[in-house]
Amino acid sequence: MTESTPALPQRPWRQRYHVAAIGWTLLLAVLLVLSSLMTGANFGTFLSNIDQFLALLVQMSHPAWSYLHVILQPLYETIQMAVLGTTIGAVLAVPFALLAASNLVGNRLLRGLIRFFLDLVRTLPDLLLAAIFVAIFGIGSTAGVITLAIFSFGMVSKLFYEVIETIDMGPLEALKSVGATKVTIIWYAVLPQILNQFVSYFLYTLEINVRASTVLGYLGAGGIGVYLQRSLGEFNYSATAVIILATLVVVLVIDGISNHLRRVLL
Amino acid sequence: MQATSTKPIIAFHHVNKIYANGTVGLKDINFEIPRGQFLVVVGLSGAGKSTLLRTINRMHEISSGEIRIDNEPISDYKGRALRQLRCHIGMIFQNFNLVNRASVERNVLSGLVGYYPTWKCVLGLFSAADKQRAIQALKRVSLTPKIFTRADELSGGQQQRVAIARTLMQDPKIILADEPVASLDPRTTKDVMDTLQRLNREDDITVIVNLHSVALARQYADRIIGLRAGELVYDQPIANVTTADLDRIYQAN
Ligand SMILES: Nc1ncnc2c1ncn2[C@@H]1O[C@H](COP(=O)(O)OP(=O)(O)O)[C@@H](O)[C@H]1O
Ligand SMILES: [Mg+2]
Repeated sequence: MTESTPALPQRPWRQRYHVAAIGWTLLLAVLLVLSSLMTGANFGTFLSNIDQFLALLVQMSHPAWSYLHVILQPLYETIQMAVLGTTIGAVLAVPFALLAASNLVGNRLLRGLIRFFLDLVRTLPDLLLAAIFVAIFGIGSTAGVITLAIFSFGMVSKLFYEVIETIDMGPLEALKSVGATKVTIIWYAVLPQILNQFVSYFLYTLEINVRASTVLGYLGAGGIGVYLQRSLGEFNYSATAVIILATLVVVLVIDGISNHLRRVLL
Repeated sequence: MQATSTKPIIAFHHVNKIYANGTVGLKDINFEIPRGQFLVVVGLSGAGKSTLLRTINRMHEISSGEIRIDNEPISDYKGRALRQLRCHIGMIFQNFNLVNRASVERNVLSGLVGYYPTWKCVLGLFSAADKQRAIQALKRVSLTPKIFTRADELSGGQQQRVAIARTLMQDPKIILADEPVASLDPRTTKDVMDTLQRLNREDDITVIVNLHSVALARQYADRIIGLRAGELVYDQPIANVTTADLDRIYQAN
């Protein structure tokens, strides 16, 4: 009820003038300018070619809807590729994520080896993988599925083990104390804690894979990408627009499903 | 009383525990616990109470000495034999340690997993008789109506009672409770302590409880032991315990 505010301790000057925040912003700005200078990315070139870009946009703003029935089948194939690839990758990622989690595996050497392997897999560019598998399996969706599976495996396994490392260890202790085996402990005490986030990351990866598979199609790995490449090659930008819009719809639908599932599961 | 009940169910002989970082957890602990006793362990935070409790079901390994349960040294148990040992020893935790996202029923049934092969646990293939036992266990802690509720929707006291029901499924001969009421309010504290007392008296389960509260210790214990810096510095049947004694245990150094 008193009017005077209680005496607060003096804030250090670093905090009062937001030194850290301002410093980081400046540093980022400097890095941005430096990197654009070094890589030769030139904003001027972009501006001088803007009329070409506008012409492309004008064409694209008249989507050739008649093209839609042509791409439905490959679009469906793309979704199948993405679902299959993501599923295979995510399922394989589970045991690796469990072995890479520092709160589950005490053995540093084992954990280190697993993580090194996962880093290695993540380093492989997906385009390189697609090129390799197209060379092995020929043009078609098999190469695409395998590429997406490996790509998903690398990405999801890291996301998964980071989730596992945040779980509450209490239930694990309880299960251990009743005489449970390792597998039972994982099934009863670990999986229920991570399942939601796993599903959420799975759907996130699926979404990325739908987009990625359009690019993979370029290399002959099947799906909508083949058609994207063809339309661009023929400068048929109104067809390109249809493909992009259709892909967008698929991504939005997957996003909607994943949001819904996340709400239901949580 | 039968002759067996005079034999100790648990015996410590020169038990030492030194943690990997050099901290002394337990120092030359010697004592015996008769079957059916309600033993309360008191001591300052860091005195080694949790360590002592966890050596009994081998959640912690000792550095030297011997612990016998039913006259069997337990240090050599490995794999299956160790899990078998833990099957018969219930453990209650300060933070309940339930699987929050799972139902009360699943949490209670998880007390049985030591008795089932892994594949049956994974598939949830518990016998009808055991599912019935889960209902009975919940009845004993007065939580039958909550059987299908998610564990994290219960209050702290209710969660601790679910944990006790989980322990009941083990059909334990020993219950280890590590500060079971430290995160509960006074009313639910009484609920939980009364439940432990009932199990001790009605089922003849040996109960070992770490407690922070001297008043609770005096109210429920048959015997109180005191730890300080890993050493057993006090050991008296409740009839001999005085407030002055307990105050001394809680004095630093
Ligand atoms: N995992 C561990 N590693 C190293 N030291 C530990 C570990 N666990 C407990 N300690 C130490 O052992 C001593 C006893 O701890 P604890 O048994 O938890 O005491 P209490 O339960 O009586 O509070 C403390 O000094 C504590 O810091
Ligand atoms: Mg403790």
